[in-house]
Amino acid sequence: MSEQSKPEQGRSKQGAGKRGAAKRTATERNTTELARLHVKKTYKLYVGGKFPRSESGRSYAVTGPDGAELANAALASRKDARDAVTAARKAHRAWAAQTAYLRGQILYRAAEMLEGRAGQFTEELSAATGKEPHETLGTVEAAIDRLVHYAGWTDKFASVLGGANPVAGPFFNHTKPEPLGVVAVFAPQDDPLLGLVEAIAPAIATGNAVVVVASEAKPLAALSFAEVLATSDLPGGVVNLLSGKVAEIAPHLAGHEDVNGIDLGGVEDAALAAELEATAAGTLKVVRRPGTAGSSLDALRRWVEYKTVWHPAGMAAGVGGGY
Amino acid sequence: MGSMLSGAEAVSLVRALPGVDAVGLEARAAGLGTRSIKKESKAQAIDLAIAMIDLTTLEGADTPGKVRSLCAKALRPEGDAPPVAAVCVYPAMAATAAEAVAGSDVKVASVATGFPAGQVPLDVRLADTEAAVVAGADEIDMVINRGAFLAGDLERVFEEIKAVKAACGEARLKVILETGELASYDNVRRASHLAMHAGADFIKTSTGKVGVNATLPVTLLMMQAVRDFRAATGTQVGVKPAGGIRTTKDAIKYLVCVNEVLGDDWLSPHWFRFGASSLLNDLLMQRRKLTTGHYSGSDYVTVD
Repeated sequence: MSEQSKPEQGRSKQGAGKRGAAKRTATERNTTELARLHVKKTYKLYVGGKFPRSESGRSYAVTGPDGAELANAALASRKDARDAVTAARKAHRAWAAQTAYLRGQILYRAAEMLEGRAGQFTEELSAATGKEPHETLGTVEAAIDRLVHYAGWTDKFASVLGGANPVAGPFFNHTKPEPLGVVAVFAPQDDPLLGLVEAIAPAIATGNAVVVVASEAKPLAALSFAEVLATSDLPGGVVNLLSGKVAEIAPHLAGHEDVNGIDLGGVEDAALAAELEATAAGTLKVVRRPGTAGSSLDALRRWVEYKTVWHPAGMAAGVGGGY
Repeated sequence: MGSMLSGAEAVSLVRALPGVDAVGLEARAAGLGTRSIKKESKAQAIDLAIAMIDLTTLEGADTPGKVRSLCAKALRPEGDAPPVAAVCVYPAMAATAAEAVAGSDVKVASVATGFPAGQVPLDVRLADTEAAVVAGADEIDMVINRGAFLAGDLERVFEEIKAVKAACGEARLKVILETGELASYDNVRRASHLAMHAGADFIKTSTGKVGVNATLPVTLLMMQAVRDFRAATGTQVGVKPAGGIRTTKDAIKYLVCVNEVLGDDWLSPHWFRFGASSLLNDLLMQRRKLTTGHYSGSDYVTVD
């Protein structure tokens, strides 16, 4: 502790000295002084609406494609995953009970927030992938558009996936899609932002709460995306983001009885994915295998289950129901 | 032993007690709370904690059906998990509970004496106690007269506890201090000793009905009082923290405290209890985690 605080004190003293010197002209300041010390961001987890460090106290160095260190990210442990599932379970009921309209508004708000910070995400993606900024700007814009797309779906998918069923009898028969509950998502490894949004948005649009493990080697854009969600009126716990090693966390999420669905999209090791699928079967989870592509309606359909209600037609008329 | 003292003698003993070092107490509790209990020790601690639970339902909406289902869970929480120590209900539900747990080792504890406020005339409180005992309660959880205690009338508090103890007959008496309303650690120490001198078989932290319930420092202080009391008088008294203990982690912290402060003599359901309802589900989920290797969820335990 004291070892860490010493250089900080040194720095602030130096800073105070500089401020004294800065009484002179601006040009003088630019030429005579060193550049301001860059304030580095601590990339933390996003659990239950808060930004905690890993309970294990561990972190790992995240590097760019050229091997240069970009930042340290928290290395989540199985207990962080457990805490995230607890937070997601707690948030899920209220989130699912919200009106579809409000869920759409919040997703749209997330798109607005991301739009406002497009520059930052462009930089982070370029640093992580080595691509040119004009390319990564396109990716960020695609992610924004994807959020808007799913924002539009929130109050429509129920009509498309469910509906009134014709039955031979004096009944009204309705089918309604309902969220599974808590979905664990392994975000794609090589598509750190767009892939993440593509995995999260349909799950939360349908009323699920998610625990997302970001790309292991490129987690920074995902962790910054948590800040976008945190400022979008998304209730804490609906999306929980972890950074860490897939092989370490995945078995615990796959075996967790309180997780209802698991998206293995970001599990690149085929043997591990098969093992996780077997573990998930032990607790009756909906599994998305890696490499499964489909339309956005497929993505929405993946994390819902169907409730069908038989309602006596006579009774409905008798109580003056508006049928 | 304690009941041999007159009220005036007990009060003068209690008033002579030294003050509590609040900072030291909290530091000690925090230190004990950091112990790491793993694997086999954790499995043992979980089963012990289950066996120490007073499974509680104290709601206006309690029905005989709800009490019976609580008793069924108390008798057999899950698989090979041990039964809990007791079920804790209102006097009106004591008969239902006694019938449901008859023939088992699970005790029926009933709150009484105008729980939770206790702001009713003494004869009503005594009648409440007698009714609970007649209905089949093995243990009575009484509340002390906080109004009199805070007004400085310790002798009255003492005499009332004595009267309730007499009304209990064979039933064991747990005296709820309601530490959240006592305002200071010094008061908690005084109330603990006063209750023990008056004949309490257990001292209990809280009703669970006020903002501040059992905390580790307060329970630690009460454990110290119980230890000092046995050293002075030779009488052993139990401790029951109640309210706000919801997780296995919390429960294990309390067990560590019992072990460190009181030792093996108190490490049994006869001398230490947890007043709790949701704690049992968390203990069962943790227990399952240890046996199956994967985390359990709230869908796999009963909704109480």
